[in-house]
Amino acid sequence: MFIINCPYCGEREQSEFKAGGEAHIDRPKQPTELSDDQWAEYLFMRKNIKGIQFERWVHTHGCRKWFNVVRDTSNDNIKAVYKMGEKPPINNDKEFKS
Amino acid sequence: MKNKYSLFSLVKNAFSYHENWEKAWKDPEPKKEYDAVIVGGGGHGLATAYYLAKKHNIKNIAVVEKGWIGGGNTGRNTTIIRSNYLWDASAGLYDHALKIWEGLSQELNYNVMFSQRGVMNLAHNLQDVRDLKRRTHANRLNGIDAVYLNTEQVKKFCPIINTSPNIRYPVLGGTLQRRAGTARHDAVAWGYARGADKMGVDIIQNCEVKGIKRNGDTVEGIETTKGFIKTKKIGVVTAGHSSVIANMAGLRLPLESKPLQALVSEPVKPIIDTVVMSNAVHAYVSQSDKGELVIGAGTDDYISYSQKGSHDIVEGTLNAILELYPIFSRMRMLRQWGGIVDICPDASPIISKTSIKGLYFNCGWGTGGFKATPGSGDLFAHTIANDEPHKLNAAFNINRFISGDLVDEHGAAAVAH
Repeated sequence: MFIINCPYCGEREQSEFKAGGEAHIDRPKQPTELSDDQWAEYLFMRKNIKGIQFERWVHTHGCRKWFNVVRDTSNDNIKAVYKMGEKPPINNDKEFKS
Repeated sequence: MKNKYSLFSLVKNAFSYHENWEKAWKDPEPKKEYDAVIVGGGGHGLATAYYLAKKHNIKNIAVVEKGWIGGGNTGRNTTIIRSNYLWDASAGLYDHALKIWEGLSQELNYNVMFSQRGVMNLAHNLQDVRDLKRRTHANRLNGIDAVYLNTEQVKKFCPIINTSPNIRYPVLGGTLQRRAGTARHDAVAWGYARGADKMGVDIIQNCEVKGIKRNGDTVEGIETTKGFIKTKKIGVVTAGHSSVIANMAGLRLPLESKPLQALVSEPVKPIIDTVVMSNAVHAYVSQSDKGELVIGAGTDDYISYSQKGSHDIVEGTLNAILELYPIFSRMRMLRQWGGIVDICPDASPIISKTSIKGLYFNCGWGTGGFKATPGSGDLFAHTIANDEPHKLNAAFNINRFISGDLVDEHGAAAVAH
Protein backbone atom coordinates (compact mmCIF):
# COMPACT_ATOMS: atom_id res chain seq x y z
CA MET A 1 0.00 0.00 0.00
CA PHE A 2 1.26 3.45 -0.85
CA ILE A 3 0.05 7.03 -1.23
CA ILE A 4 -0.65 8.50 -4.66
CA ASN A 5 -0.68 12.24 -5.19
CA CYS A 6 -3.66 12.69 -7.51
CA PRO A 7 -3.01 15.78 -9.66
CA TYR A 8 -6.63 16.85 -9.07
CA CYS A 9 -7.38 15.79 -5.46
CA GLY A 10 -4.00 15.57 -3.72
CA GLU A 11 -2.60 12.74 -1.64
CA ARG A 12 -4.86 9.72 -1.23
CA GLU A 13 -4.41 6.05 -0.38
CA GLN A 14 -3.65 3.75 -3.27
CA SER A 15 -6.82 1.74 -2.58
CA GLU A 16 -8.86 4.69 -3.91
CA PHE A 17 -7.25 4.22 -7.32
CA LYS A 18 -7.22 1.62 -10.04
CA ALA A 19 -4.07 0.85 -12.01
CA GLY A 20 -4.33 1.10 -15.79
CA GLY A 21 -1.03 -0.51 -16.75
CA GLU A 22 1.76 0.74 -19.01
CA ALA A 23 1.34 4.31 -20.26
CA HIS A 24 2.14 5.88 -23.62
CA ILE A 25 1.06 2.94 -25.78
CA ASP A 26 -0.30 4.74 -28.81
CA ARG A 27 -3.53 3.57 -30.32
CA PRO A 28 -2.91 2.46 -33.93
CA LYS A 29 -3.52 5.36 -36.30
CA GLN A 30 -4.61 3.08 -39.14
CA PRO A 31 -6.01 -0.09 -37.57
CA THR A 32 -6.93 -1.64 -40.92
CA GLU A 33 -3.28 -1.56 -42.02
CA LEU A 34 -1.97 -3.48 -39.01
CA SER A 35 -0.52 -6.98 -39.33
CA ASP A 36 -1.30 -9.70 -36.76
CA ASP A 37 2.17 -9.19 -35.26
CA GLN A 38 1.54 -5.48 -34.83
CA TRP A 39 -1.85 -6.13 -33.24
CA ALA A 40 -0.23 -8.56 -30.78
CA GLU A 41 2.38 -5.92 -29.91
CA TYR A 42 -0.27 -3.28 -29.33
CA LEU A 43 -2.78 -5.44 -27.45
CA PHE A 44 -0.71 -7.88 -25.43
CA MET A 45 3.05 -7.33 -25.34
CA ARG A 46 4.22 -5.26 -22.37
CA LYS A 47 7.54 -4.04 -21.03
CA ASN A 48 6.56 -5.19 -17.52
CA ILE A 49 9.60 -3.37 -16.20
CA LYS A 50 11.30 -4.06 -12.90
CA GLY A 51 12.39 -0.52 -12.13
CA ILE A 52 11.12 2.83 -13.37
CA GLN A 53 7.79 2.43 -15.10
CA PHE A 54 5.52 4.99 -16.77
CA GLU A 55 1.96 3.95 -16.04
CA ARG A 56 -1.66 5.08 -15.97
CA TRP A 57 -3.91 5.31 -12.92
CA VAL A 58 -7.51 6.38 -12.45
CA HIS A 59 -8.91 7.90 -9.25
CA THR A 60 -11.91 5.54 -9.16
CA HIS A 61 -13.18 6.57 -5.73
CA GLY A 62 -12.41 10.26 -6.17
CA CYS A 63 -12.43 12.57 -9.17
CA ARG A 64 -12.53 9.57 -11.57
CA LYS A 65 -9.92 11.23 -13.76
CA TRP A 66 -7.06 9.38 -15.47
CA PHE A 67 -3.45 10.52 -15.09
CA ASN A 68 0.10 9.21 -15.41
CA VAL A 69 2.50 8.08 -12.71
CA VAL A 70 6.22 7.32 -12.77
CA ARG A 71 6.86 4.56 -10.24
CA ASP A 72 9.73 2.26 -9.36
CA THR A 73 8.10 -1.18 -9.52
CA SER A 74 10.89 -2.78 -7.50
CA ASN A 75 9.90 -0.88 -4.34
CA ASP A 76 6.66 0.97 -5.26
CA ASN A 77 8.23 4.43 -4.74
CA ILE A 78 6.47 7.05 -6.84
CA LYS A 79 8.85 9.42 -8.63
CA ALA A 80 6.44 11.74 -10.42
CA VAL A 81 2.79 12.30 -11.29
CA TYR A 82 1.59 14.16 -14.38
CA LYS A 83 -1.68 14.76 -16.18
CA MET A 84 -2.86 13.00 -19.33
CA GLY A 85 -1.54 14.72 -22.42
CA GLU A 86 1.40 16.26 -20.58
CA LYS A 87 4.96 15.30 -21.36
CA PRO A 88 6.57 13.04 -18.75
CA PRO A 89 8.64 15.16 -16.35
CA ILE A 90 11.48 12.69 -16.89
CA ASN A 91 12.39 11.40 -20.30
CA ASN A 92 14.20 8.21 -19.50
CA ASP A 93 15.05 5.75 -16.76
CA LYS A 94 18.62 6.96 -16.37
CA GLU A 95 17.72 10.11 -14.48
CA PHE A 96 16.57 7.92 -11.59
CA LYS A 97 19.50 5.58 -11.48
CA SER A 98 22.06 6.46 -8.87
CA MET B 1 24.86 -43.17 -5.26
CA LYS B 2 22.31 -41.77 -2.89
CA ASN B 3 20.67 -43.82 -0.22
CA LYS B 4 17.02 -44.54 -0.72
CA TYR B 5 14.77 -43.12 1.96
CA SER B 6 12.96 -46.00 3.68
CA LEU B 7 11.94 -47.29 7.08
CA PHE B 8 15.25 -49.13 7.15
CA SER B 9 17.30 -45.97 6.48
CA LEU B 10 15.28 -44.12 9.11
CA VAL B 11 16.05 -46.76 11.75
CA LYS B 12 19.69 -46.94 10.69
CA ASN B 13 20.13 -43.17 10.98
CA ALA B 14 18.35 -43.10 14.31
CA PHE B 15 21.31 -45.01 15.75
CA SER B 16 23.61 -42.15 14.82
CA TYR B 17 21.18 -39.51 16.12
CA HIS B 18 20.25 -38.45 12.57
CA GLU B 19 23.58 -36.70 12.22
CA ASN B 20 24.85 -38.62 9.20
CA TRP B 21 22.09 -38.20 6.63
CA GLU B 22 23.54 -37.67 3.21
CA LYS B 23 22.98 -34.19 1.72
CA ALA B 24 19.91 -34.26 -0.53
CA TRP B 25 21.74 -32.28 -3.20
CA LYS B 26 25.27 -30.98 -3.73
CA ASP B 27 26.13 -27.31 -3.91
CA PRO B 28 28.50 -27.23 -6.92
CA GLU B 29 30.23 -24.35 -8.68
CA PRO B 30 29.12 -23.96 -12.30
CA LYS B 31 31.02 -25.78 -15.04
CA LYS B 32 32.12 -23.92 -18.18
CA GLU B 33 29.50 -25.51 -20.39
CA TYR B 34 26.20 -27.41 -20.15
CA ASP B 35 23.93 -29.09 -22.69
CA ALA B 36 21.00 -27.22 -21.16
CA VAL B 37 20.63 -24.55 -18.49
CA ILE B 38 17.39 -24.02 -16.60
CA VAL B 39 17.03 -20.51 -15.19
CA GLY B 40 14.99 -20.56 -11.99
CA GLY B 41 15.22 -23.12 -9.19
CA GLY B 42 11.58 -23.25 -8.22
CA GLY B 43 9.37 -26.32 -8.48
CA HIS B 44 8.78 -25.91 -12.22
CA GLY B 45 12.48 -25.38 -13.00
CA LEU B 46 13.68 -28.29 -10.87
CA ALA B 47 10.98 -30.55 -12.33
CA THR B 48 12.07 -29.52 -15.83
CA ALA B 49 15.68 -30.49 -15.05
CA TYR B 50 14.50 -33.76 -13.46
CA TYR B 51 12.47 -34.84 -16.50
CA LEU B 52 15.16 -33.67 -18.95
CA ALA B 53 17.61 -35.99 -17.22
CA LYS B 54 15.16 -38.82 -16.65
CA LYS B 55 13.13 -39.00 -19.84
CA HIS B 56 15.29 -37.29 -22.44
CA ASN B 57 18.72 -38.57 -21.43
CA ILE B 58 20.29 -35.12 -21.22
CA LYS B 59 22.52 -35.37 -18.16
CA ASN B 60 24.77 -32.33 -18.43
CA ILE B 61 22.26 -29.83 -17.03
CA ALA B 62 22.49 -26.90 -14.65
CA VAL B 63 19.70 -25.19 -12.74
CA VAL B 64 20.73 -21.65 -11.83
CA GLU B 65 18.82 -19.89 -9.06
CA LYS B 66 19.43 -16.33 -7.88
CA GLY B 67 18.33 -17.08 -4.31
CA TRP B 68 17.78 -20.48 -2.79
CA ILE B 69 15.72 -23.28 -4.33
CA GLY B 70 12.01 -23.13 -3.65
CA GLY B 71 12.33 -19.68 -2.05
CA GLY B 72 10.17 -17.85 -4.56
CA ASN B 73 6.59 -18.63 -5.46
CA THR B 74 7.13 -22.35 -4.81
CA GLY B 75 7.36 -21.56 -1.11
CA ARG B 76 4.75 -18.80 -1.15
CA ASN B 77 1.66 -20.40 -2.67
CA THR B 78 -1.31 -21.93 -0.87
CA THR B 79 -0.48 -25.46 -2.18
CA ILE B 80 -3.81 -26.12 -3.89
CA ILE B 81 -3.86 -28.79 -6.61
CA ARG B 82 -6.81 -29.34 -8.96
CA SER B 83 -7.51 -29.79 -12.66
CA ASN B 84 -11.10 -28.59 -13.11
CA TYR B 85 -10.40 -26.12 -15.90
CA LEU B 86 -12.90 -25.28 -18.62
CA TRP B 87 -11.25 -25.69 -22.00
CA ASP B 88 -9.96 -28.95 -23.51
CA ALA B 89 -6.38 -27.68 -23.79
CA SER B 90 -6.28 -26.65 -20.11
CA ALA B 91 -8.02 -29.82 -18.96
CA GLY B 92 -5.35 -31.86 -20.75
CA LEU B 93 -2.55 -29.77 -19.26
CA TYR B 94 -3.70 -29.65 -15.65
CA ASP B 95 -4.98 -33.21 -15.48
CA HIS B 96 -1.65 -34.44 -16.88
CA ALA B 97 -0.07 -32.78 -13.85
CA LEU B 98 -2.66 -34.18 -11.44
CA LYS B 99 -2.00 -37.72 -12.70
CA ILE B 100 1.73 -37.28 -12.03
CA TRP B 101 0.95 -35.87 -8.55
CA GLU B 102 -0.88 -39.11 -7.74
CA GLY B 103 2.34 -41.13 -7.95
CA LEU B 104 4.89 -38.41 -7.24
CA SER B 105 5.95 -39.35 -3.70
CA GLN B 106 6.73 -42.91 -4.84
CA GLU B 107 8.50 -41.76 -7.97
CA LEU B 108 10.72 -39.26 -6.16
CA ASN B 109 11.15 -41.43 -3.05
CA TYR B 110 10.27 -38.24 -1.20
CA ASN B 111 7.05 -37.62 0.68
CA VAL B 112 5.43 -34.59 -0.95
CA MET B 113 2.44 -35.07 1.38
CA PHE B 114 -0.02 -35.06 -1.52
CA SER B 115 -3.46 -35.16 0.06
CA GLN B 116 -6.52 -35.65 -2.13
CA ARG B 117 -8.90 -33.96 0.27
CA GLY B 118 -11.04 -32.46 -2.47
CA VAL B 119 -11.43 -28.89 -3.67
CA MET B 120 -14.80 -27.17 -3.58
CA ASN B 121 -15.52 -24.04 -5.65
CA LEU B 122 -18.51 -22.03 -4.44
CA ALA B 123 -21.21 -20.26 -6.43
CA HIS B 124 -22.72 -17.06 -4.98
CA ASN B 125 -24.97 -15.80 -7.74
CA LEU B 126 -26.94 -17.16 -10.68
CA GLN B 127 -24.15 -16.56 -13.15
CA ASP B 128 -21.72 -18.46 -10.89
CA VAL B 129 -24.20 -21.36 -10.81
CA ARG B 130 -24.46 -21.42 -14.59
CA ASP B 131 -20.70 -21.10 -15.07
CA LEU B 132 -19.86 -23.79 -12.54
CA LYS B 133 -22.45 -26.21 -13.96
CA ARG B 134 -21.07 -25.63 -17.42
CA ARG B 135 -17.54 -26.22 -16.15
CA THR B 136 -18.63 -29.42 -14.37
CA HIS B 137 -20.04 -30.78 -17.63
CA ALA B 138 -16.95 -29.73 -19.57
CA ASN B 139 -14.72 -31.42 -16.98
CA ARG B 140 -16.65 -34.67 -17.15
CA LEU B 141 -16.49 -34.71 -20.95
CA ASN B 142 -12.71 -34.43 -20.56
CA GLY B 143 -12.59 -37.32 -18.10
CA ILE B 144 -11.98 -35.10 -15.06
CA ASP B 145 -13.98 -35.96 -11.96
CA ALA B 146 -16.37 -33.17 -11.04
CA VAL B 147 -19.74 -32.97 -9.36
CA TYR B 148 -22.10 -30.08 -8.83
CA LEU B 149 -23.39 -29.67 -5.27
CA ASN B 150 -26.45 -27.75 -4.13
CA THR B 151 -26.41 -25.65 -0.95
CA GLU B 152 -27.34 -28.56 1.35
CA GLN B 153 -24.67 -30.78 -0.18
CA VAL B 154 -22.10 -27.99 0.26
CA LYS B 155 -23.09 -27.71 3.93
CA LYS B 156 -22.86 -31.47 4.35
CA PHE B 157 -19.41 -31.64 2.76
CA CYS B 158 -18.07 -28.71 4.78
CA PRO B 159 -20.30 -28.11 7.82
CA ILE B 160 -18.61 -24.91 9.04
CA ILE B 161 -19.68 -22.91 5.96
CA ASN B 162 -22.38 -20.36 6.66
CA THR B 163 -25.12 -21.26 4.17
CA SER B 164 -27.66 -18.77 5.49
CA PRO B 165 -29.61 -17.12 2.65
CA ASN B 166 -29.28 -13.81 4.51
CA ILE B 167 -25.58 -13.20 4.02
CA ARG B 168 -24.41 -10.65 1.45
CA TYR B 169 -23.24 -13.34 -1.01
CA PRO B 170 -25.19 -16.49 -0.10
CA VAL B 171 -23.87 -19.92 -1.07
CA LEU B 172 -26.07 -21.14 -3.93
CA GLY B 173 -24.04 -24.24 -4.68
CA GLY B 174 -20.60 -25.37 -5.69
CA THR B 175 -18.46 -27.85 -7.55
CA LEU B 176 -16.36 -30.56 -6.02
CA GLN B 177 -13.32 -32.28 -7.46
CA ARG B 178 -12.50 -35.13 -5.10
CA ARG B 179 -9.14 -36.00 -6.69
CA ALA B 180 -7.97 -32.45 -6.01
CA GLY B 181 -6.23 -31.42 -2.81
CA THR B 182 -2.97 -30.06 -1.48
CA ALA B 183 0.71 -31.00 -1.20
CA ARG B 184 3.66 -29.77 0.81
CA HIS B 185 5.20 -27.16 -1.47
CA ASP B 186 8.74 -27.18 -0.03
CA ALA B 187 8.88 -30.96 -0.32
CA VAL B 188 8.09 -30.71 -4.03
CA ALA B 189 11.10 -28.47 -4.64
CA TRP B 190 13.35 -30.55 -2.40
CA GLY B 191 12.16 -33.87 -3.86
CA TYR B 192 12.75 -32.76 -7.44
CA ALA B 193 16.11 -31.21 -6.47
CA ARG B 194 17.23 -34.46 -4.85
CA GLY B 195 15.98 -36.52 -7.81
CA ALA B 196 17.67 -34.25 -10.36
CA ASP B 197 20.91 -34.08 -8.38
CA LYS B 198 20.99 -37.87 -8.22
CA MET B 199 21.01 -37.98 -12.03
CA GLY B 200 23.90 -35.51 -12.22
CA VAL B 201 22.11 -32.17 -12.55
CA ASP B 202 24.08 -29.27 -11.04
CA ILE B 203 21.85 -27.13 -8.82
CA ILE B 204 23.61 -23.78 -8.49
CA GLN B 205 22.13 -21.43 -5.91
CA ASN B 206 22.96 -17.75 -5.31
CA CYS B 207 23.68 -17.43 -9.01
CA GLU B 208 21.76 -14.63 -10.71
CA VAL B 209 21.48 -14.38 -14.47
CA LYS B 210 22.71 -10.97 -15.68
CA GLY B 211 22.52 -11.40 -19.44
CA ILE B 212 21.81 -13.75 -22.30
CA LYS B 213 24.49 -14.00 -24.96
CA ARG B 214 23.24 -14.37 -28.51
CA ASN B 215 24.87 -14.90 -31.84
CA GLY B 216 22.27 -13.57 -34.25
CA ASP B 217 19.14 -15.55 -33.52
CA THR B 218 20.85 -18.34 -31.58
CA VAL B 219 21.71 -18.40 -27.88
CA GLU B 220 25.33 -19.00 -26.85
CA GLY B 221 25.13 -18.87 -23.10
CA ILE B 222 24.28 -16.84 -20.02
CA GLU B 223 26.16 -14.25 -18.04
CA THR B 224 25.74 -14.88 -14.32
CA THR B 225 27.09 -13.56 -11.05
CA LYS B 226 29.26 -16.71 -11.05
CA GLY B 227 30.63 -16.07 -14.54
CA PHE B 228 29.74 -17.00 -18.10
CA ILE B 229 28.10 -20.38 -18.73
CA LYS B 230 28.10 -21.69 -22.28
CA THR B 231 25.03 -23.57 -23.48
CA LYS B 232 22.90 -24.13 -26.56
CA LYS B 233 19.59 -24.48 -24.74
CA ILE B 234 18.20 -22.13 -22.09
CA GLY B 235 14.90 -22.87 -20.38
CA VAL B 236 13.60 -19.85 -18.48
CA VAL B 237 11.21 -20.59 -15.60
CA THR B 238 11.39 -17.45 -13.50
CA ALA B 239 7.71 -16.72 -12.83
CA GLY B 240 7.31 -13.06 -11.83
CA HIS B 241 10.72 -12.20 -13.29
CA SER B 242 10.10 -13.76 -16.73
CA SER B 243 9.85 -10.35 -18.40
CA VAL B 244 13.15 -9.31 -16.80
CA ILE B 245 14.95 -12.28 -18.40
CA ALA B 246 13.05 -11.78 -21.68
CA ASN B 247 14.22 -8.16 -21.80
CA MET B 248 17.84 -9.40 -21.55
CA ALA B 249 17.25 -11.37 -24.73
CA GLY B 250 15.46 -8.48 -26.43
CA LEU B 251 12.06 -10.18 -26.29
CA ARG B 252 8.75 -8.85 -25.07
CA LEU B 253 6.20 -11.10 -23.39
CA PRO B 254 2.46 -10.60 -22.87
CA LEU B 255 2.91 -10.60 -19.09
CA GLU B 256 2.21 -8.33 -16.15
CA SER B 257 3.83 -9.10 -12.79
CA LYS B 258 1.66 -8.42 -9.78
CA PRO B 259 1.75 -9.12 -6.05
CA LEU B 260 -0.38 -12.01 -4.78
CA GLN B 261 -0.78 -12.42 -1.05
CA ALA B 262 -1.47 -15.26 1.33
CA LEU B 263 -1.62 -15.62 5.08
CA VAL B 264 -1.77 -18.30 7.75
CA SER B 265 -3.44 -18.29 11.12
CA GLU B 266 -2.23 -19.64 14.42
CA PRO B 267 -2.44 -23.46 14.46
CA VAL B 268 -5.68 -24.99 15.72
CA LYS B 269 -7.18 -28.47 15.91
CA PRO B 270 -8.61 -29.96 12.68
CA ILE B 271 -11.62 -27.88 11.63
CA ILE B 272 -11.70 -27.95 7.83
CA ASP B 273 -10.76 -31.17 6.02
CA THR B 274 -11.00 -29.91 2.45
CA VAL B 275 -10.12 -26.89 0.35
CA VAL B 276 -12.86 -24.33 -0.25
CA MET B 277 -12.44 -21.63 -2.86
CA SER B 278 -14.76 -18.80 -3.69
CA ASN B 279 -14.12 -16.82 -6.81
CA ALA B 280 -16.87 -14.26 -6.32
CA VAL B 281 -16.13 -13.10 -2.77
CA HIS B 282 -12.49 -13.94 -3.21
CA ALA B 283 -11.55 -16.15 -0.32
CA TYR B 284 -10.04 -19.55 -0.25
CA VAL B 285 -9.04 -21.58 2.73
CA SER B 286 -7.61 -24.93 3.71
CA GLN B 287 -5.89 -26.24 6.81
CA SER B 288 -2.26 -27.34 6.87
CA ASP B 289 -1.07 -30.47 8.66
CA LYS B 290 0.36 -28.17 11.33
CA GLY B 291 -3.15 -26.86 11.94
CA GLU B 292 -2.80 -23.39 10.46
CA LEU B 293 -5.55 -22.07 8.26
CA VAL B 294 -3.97 -21.29 4.91
CA ILE B 295 -5.79 -18.37 3.32
CA GLY B 296 -5.23 -17.01 -0.15
CA ALA B 297 -6.00 -13.41 -1.07
CA GLY B 298 -6.21 -11.74 -4.47
CA THR B 299 -3.72 -9.90 -6.61
CA ASP B 300 -3.16 -6.18 -6.52
CA ASP B 301 -4.04 -4.57 -9.83
CA TYR B 302 -0.73 -2.72 -10.29
CA ILE B 303 2.57 -4.07 -11.59
CA SER B 304 5.06 -4.58 -8.80
CA TYR B 305 8.13 -6.68 -8.01
CA SER B 306 8.16 -5.69 -4.35
CA GLN B 307 6.88 -9.05 -2.99
CA LYS B 308 4.38 -7.24 -0.81
CA GLY B 309 0.79 -6.38 -1.50
CA SER B 310 -1.76 -3.93 -0.15
CA HIS B 311 -3.51 -4.24 3.19
CA ASP B 312 -6.93 -3.61 1.71
CA ILE B 313 -6.61 -6.81 -0.34
CA VAL B 314 -6.04 -8.84 2.81
CA GLU B 315 -8.85 -6.99 4.57
CA GLY B 316 -11.27 -7.79 1.74
CA THR B 317 -10.34 -11.47 1.83
CA LEU B 318 -10.73 -11.71 5.59
CA ASN B 319 -14.12 -9.99 5.38
CA ALA B 320 -15.26 -12.70 3.01
CA ILE B 321 -13.71 -15.48 5.12
CA LEU B 322 -15.54 -14.21 8.21
CA GLU B 323 -18.88 -14.04 6.48
CA LEU B 324 -18.50 -17.57 5.10
CA TYR B 325 -16.98 -19.01 8.30
CA PRO B 326 -18.21 -17.08 11.35
CA ILE B 327 -16.45 -19.69 13.51
CA PHE B 328 -13.09 -18.13 12.56
CA SER B 329 -13.98 -14.72 14.00
CA ARG B 330 -11.60 -15.06 16.98
CA MET B 331 -8.69 -16.54 15.01
CA ARG B 332 -5.45 -14.61 14.97
CA MET B 333 -3.29 -14.45 11.89
CA LEU B 334 0.29 -15.53 12.30
CA ARG B 335 2.05 -14.60 9.08
CA GLN B 336 1.28 -12.77 5.86
CA TRP B 337 3.42 -12.55 2.74
CA GLY B 338 3.38 -11.79 -0.96
CA GLY B 339 4.78 -13.33 -4.10
CA ILE B 340 5.06 -11.90 -7.59
CA VAL B 341 2.94 -13.68 -10.17
CA ASP B 342 3.26 -13.27 -13.94
CA ILE B 343 -0.17 -12.99 -15.47
CA CYS B 344 -1.07 -13.63 -19.10
CA PRO B 345 -4.00 -11.77 -20.69
CA ASP B 346 -5.90 -15.09 -21.02
CA ALA B 347 -4.95 -16.44 -17.56
CA SER B 348 -3.25 -19.44 -19.19
CA PRO B 349 0.47 -20.23 -19.17
CA ILE B 350 3.10 -20.10 -21.91
CA ILE B 351 5.25 -23.23 -22.38
CA SER B 352 6.93 -22.43 -25.62
CA LYS B 353 9.82 -21.96 -27.99
CA THR B 354 10.64 -18.37 -28.88
CA SER B 355 11.85 -16.57 -31.98
CA ILE B 356 15.40 -17.06 -30.64
CA LYS B 357 16.80 -20.54 -31.28
CA GLY B 358 17.63 -22.37 -28.07
CA LEU B 359 15.63 -20.02 -25.83
CA TYR B 360 12.50 -21.45 -24.24
CA PHE B 361 10.03 -19.88 -21.84
CA ASN B 362 7.76 -21.48 -19.26
CA CYS B 363 5.86 -18.61 -17.71
CA GLY B 364 2.52 -16.87 -17.31
CA TRP B 365 1.19 -19.32 -14.70
CA GLY B 366 -0.21 -16.34 -12.88
CA THR B 367 -1.94 -17.20 -9.64
CA GLY B 368 -2.16 -20.97 -10.17
CA GLY B 369 1.17 -22.48 -11.11
CA PHE B 370 1.84 -24.73 -8.15
CA LYS B 371 -0.79 -27.31 -9.09
CA ALA B 372 0.85 -27.80 -12.48
CA THR B 373 4.44 -28.23 -11.24
CA PRO B 374 5.03 -31.89 -12.31
CA GLY B 375 3.16 -31.59 -15.62
CA SER B 376 4.75 -28.25 -16.43
CA GLY B 377 8.24 -29.67 -15.84
CA ASP B 378 7.49 -32.78 -17.90
CA LEU B 379 6.09 -30.86 -20.88
CA PHE B 380 8.72 -28.12 -20.75
CA ALA B 381 11.47 -30.78 -20.71
CA HIS B 382 9.87 -32.36 -23.78
CA THR B 383 9.73 -28.98 -25.51
CA ILE B 384 13.39 -28.21 -24.75
CA ALA B 385 14.70 -31.69 -25.64
CA ASN B 386 12.82 -32.00 -28.95
CA ASP B 387 12.69 -28.31 -29.87
CA GLU B 388 8.99 -29.00 -30.42
CA PRO B 389 6.06 -28.82 -28.00
CA HIS B 390 4.33 -31.94 -26.70
CA LYS B 391 0.74 -32.21 -27.93
CA LEU B 392 -0.47 -31.28 -24.43
CA ASN B 393 1.31 -27.91 -24.45
CA ALA B 394 1.03 -27.13 -28.16
CA ALA B 395 -1.88 -24.76 -27.48
CA PHE B 396 0.18 -22.88 -24.90
CA ASN B 397 2.67 -21.43 -27.37
CA ILE B 398 3.62 -17.79 -27.40
CA ASN B 399 2.23 -17.28 -30.93
CA ARG B 400 -1.34 -17.61 -29.70
CA PHE B 401 -1.20 -13.91 -28.90
CA ILE B 402 -0.56 -13.24 -32.59
CA SER B 403 -3.03 -15.77 -34.02
CA GLY B 404 -5.69 -14.87 -31.45
CA ASP B 405 -6.19 -18.52 -30.46
CA LEU B 406 -6.30 -17.70 -26.74
CA VAL B 407 -7.15 -20.15 -23.94
CA ASP B 408 -9.36 -17.99 -21.76
CA GLU B 409 -9.37 -19.46 -18.27
CA HIS B 410 -10.25 -16.40 -16.20
CA GLY B 411 -13.29 -18.25 -14.87
CA ALA B 412 -11.41 -21.35 -13.75
CA ALA B 413 -8.36 -19.47 -12.51
CA ALA B 414 -10.32 -18.84 -9.28
CA VAL B 415 -8.25 -15.80 -8.31
CA ALA B 416 -9.60 -12.57 -9.69
CA HIS B 417 -7.09 -10.73 -11.81
